[in-house]
Amino acid sequence: MDTGQTKPASKAPAATTPASVGRRKFINSVAAAAGGGCLLALGAGLYSRSAAALPAQAIRPPGALPESDFLAACVRCGLCVRDCPYDTLKLSDLGDPVPTGTPYFHARSVPCEMCEDIPCVKACPTGALDRELTDINQARMGLAALVDHESCLNFLGLRCDVCYRVCPVIDKAITLETQHNPRSDRHAMLLPTVHSDACTGCGKCEKSCVLPVAAIKVFPRELAQGALPAHYRKGWEEKARHGGSLIGEQVEMPVRGFDGPTAGRQATETVVAPGASGAGLPPAPAAPAAPPVPPPKGVSGLNSKWKP
Amino acid sequence: MATSTLPSKPAPAACAPARSLWQHQRWLILRRSSQLLILLAFLTGPWFGLWIAKGNLSSSLTLGVLPLTDPLLVLQTLVTGHLPYSSALIGAAIVLGFYLLVGGRVFCSWACPVNVVTDAAAWTRRRLGIKTGRVPDAATRYWLLGGLLVAAALTGSLAWEWVNPVSLLHRGLIFGMGGGLFVIAGIFIYDVLVASRGWCGHLCPMGAFYGLLGKTALVRVAAPNRKACDDCMDCFAVCPEPQVIRPALKQVGQTHPLILAPDCTTCGRCIDVCDKQVFKMTHRFDQRSE
Repeated sequence: MDTGQTKPASKAPAATTPASVGRRKFINSVAAAAGGGCLLALGAGLYSRSAAALPAQAIRPPGALPESDFLAACVRCGLCVRDCPYDTLKLSDLGDPVPTGTPYFHARSVPCEMCEDIPCVKACPTGALDRELTDINQARMGLAALVDHESCLNFLGLRCDVCYRVCPVIDKAITLETQHNPRSDRHAMLLPTVHSDACTGCGKCEKSCVLPVAAIKVFPRELAQGALPAHYRKGWEEKARHGGSLIGEQVEMPVRGFDGPTAGRQATETVVAPGASGAGLPPAPAAPAAPPVPPPKGVSGLNSKWKP
Repeated sequence: MATSTLPSKPAPAACAPARSLWQHQRWLILRRSSQLLILLAFLTGPWFGLWIAKGNLSSSLTLGVLPLTDPLLVLQTLVTGHLPYSSALIGAAIVLGFYLLVGGRVFCSWACPVNVVTDAAAWTRRRLGIKTGRVPDAATRYWLLGGLLVAAALTGSLAWEWVNPVSLLHRGLIFGMGGGLFVIAGIFIYDVLVASRGWCGHLCPMGAFYGLLGKTALVRVAAPNRKACDDCMDCFAVCPEPQVIRPALKQVGQTHPLILAPDCTTCGRCIDVCDKQVFKMTHRFDQRSE
């Protein structure tokens, strides 16, 4: 604006009025348009930045590029939604926590059925869903995590196993790991355990969890997965790879106390373990039933007084 | 949607003795049919299982063979550094070719669903006699167009698509609508109270983009019968881009009667409202005037 006023005044004072008024008007309007336009675009850009993180419950379709690339490639056309035979996929709307118009699904409502021909990926015109994915078992939509050890029935010592049974990659993505049940002290707990190298994130485990609120849930991988420092090497793996210890034979120290079922504990220590694992279960119901003779502290692992 | 399809009654009642509804609403009816048919092509699938077009205006597949993609979206994708698959590129080329040939802003008045909303807003504004407000410069849309490309490059994402009312509305109509309704309502209120033809005529960057495509448009409105004009101003009142009429009608800076300005959306509303039948739809080489 300053330039518009001073230039004509210094050069040709006679012609000042019409030229400078026109120029001032022009510069004003351009400035307003530029300012308004840039502000609007900036606002949209900022808004998009703030909403760019995928919320925990929203899982992308199979073959989706990493989130930042996905948001560059997806034109929000919904062709993947149309070609999903199970109505799993949805498009988000303005105000949803998922970036406007992009496809996602809620595993607890409708999980991915993992079609072998992956029609959603074939439908994508832009490559936001990568056609390099031809084997649905290689999809990495998210990662399941058994988040609630307190209410998972298998962790309580029951045999629910439903998440394990429904897993399309059973025995690879979810295994049942046997552990001693310290509460009964004579049973096993079969703990559903997710393996990130095989889990596709389809969400069938979350969908089928029998609890009112699922104990196992699927999250975007960035949320569910940790990472070791890049320089970490696992000694036992390196040992196996090199066919022997890398630092020579080590002196084996004798280990005492590993010869009974209460291995590692003092003989007098109680085996009512839940307190240690944080499960918060009340002390074994047997304890108040027979308080006087043996104090609960003195109960040994072999004689826990457990009754069915 | 329903309000704008209503004929605007006051003008014909005053000075149109013998023109039928078809004569003075023809292009409006054709345009609304076009917009509705485009929408229905996407909706027969989810409603009746009869799939004509899948997707939405951002990208679609018609009858399983014809890919169509919004060229501005593909441009933004390219700016972010992502090269889309060939189906999106071919679809964008087809759309680009069509609008280069037929007329860029034909999209605005014959396909875009927001046009129905802003036409309704303009009609409401006329009926309520609202003259106040502050209209942004018409060049704002070009700055916004540049701005959204810069935003795409800087954020590495299709930033404009978070808020783009055009795709919000079309996607919402097909896939279900929630928060997007507030944006559409906001545009309606803005156009009624703040700026006449504010969104489509001054702000919308998609309109600006299609306007740039319109420089070679074959289908054009002309005013061959301009000596019959009695300066009733009906065409200026109803035109979404009134500045395009004057050169052709009043021979300002040109002698031929063609409206060649790329801002013209080829909506044909001027043809409808003119009682003297000054205007007609023709091609860009038709320089005759009667």
